[in-house]
Amino acid sequence: MMKILIAIVVALWAGASPTLAEESVRVSDAWARASVLASRPVASYLTIESAVEDRLLGVTTPVAGHVMIHAVEKDGDVSRMKHIETLEVPTGERITLAPGGMHLMLMGLQDKLSEGTTFPMTLSFENAGEITVEVSVLGIAAEGPREVSE
Amino acid sequence: MTSGKTTHVRRIRYGLWFLVTIAALVIGGAYFVRTIGVREPPSVTTGEAAIRSEFSLIDHNGNRVTEADFLGRWQLVFFGFTHCPDVCPTTLAYMANVLDRFGGEVERVAPIFITVDPSRDTPEVMAEYVQAFHPKLVGLTGSEAAVAAAAQSFRVYYERMEEETAPDGYLMAHSGHIYLMTPEGRFEDVFREADQSAEDMAVDVLARMNGK
Repeated sequence: MMKILIAIVVALWAGASPTLAEESVRVSDAWARASVLASRPVASYLTIESAVEDRLLGVTTPVAGHVMIHAVEKDGDVSRMKHIETLEVPTGERITLAPGGMHLMLMGLQDKLSEGTTFPMTLSFENAGEITVEVSVLGIAAEGPREVSE
Repeated sequence: MTSGKTTHVRRIRYGLWFLVTIAALVIGGAYFVRTIGVREPPSVTTGEAAIRSEFSLIDHNGNRVTEADFLGRWQLVFFGFTHCPDVCPTTLAYMANVLDRFGGEVERVAPIFITVDPSRDTPEVMAEYVQAFHPKLVGLTGSEAAVAAAAQSFRVYYERMEEETAPDGYLMAHSGHIYLMTPEGRFEDVFREADQSAEDMAVDVLARMNGK
């Protein structure tokens, strides 16, 4: 009986653990605004959730030369974009990057980003490793990926 | 003895007068401070009223314009720059959304985008940029001094922040306000994109335009 129980537990553990590792960090709703002008930085937004504490170390994409993580610091009426090196992802907390707040700034774009296209973006996490997502390019006036369905 | 007594009374009298003077000064001073205190809120209003629409800039068609060219229309004024990836497109798209909700009344409104980064935002750049957001949007640029003077008249703060990895090595920090100015060019109110929906802002502005 005990042996069977252990076998079941081991089987469950073996079966579940790869899924757990994959699911420890979830990156969803990745989108960017279409470029208005060529050679201008573009902002990209997404949501990060993690079952365990993790840290976003960096972001890369083949469409841009450099990606910076920007927080927005409000100093009274003035907003300053603040370049942050890494982004803490606390356990169970949903971090939403959205217009007017935290965003990824894509610089050195080879081409303008056109509405309706997508591009891959890779996020490197300290524990979860690299996660690649497809980023949807929405219109220049888009406020988020869900506004159409809402 | 008598003269001694008189001196004594005189001393008391002087002493009393001295106390009365001190009391008068204290009460008067308190009154003065209170009066100033009461006057403080209106002085804040004076500060807001001091926001003026005054500028001499170049529009996105290359024409020199001043505030006089926009008088007679309600003006929505926003300061930003075209290398701004987040706040500026967000706010300009929001302004366009507000304009679309004015219907025919949009003819009574002049939406204006003034760059704080004139060395990169030439009239040609501004033309391409503003037209992407709304056909009515007017883009204004000029010399560094002319832009600084315009920002000063609107009490807009901006600064250049050195950032090695940014394009050309700098970013701009700025206040993300949309100013509503009356057809006479006087300050009416200030809006921020995050504070209300485009619909609510349109309703609010239309009510003021129609004197409600």
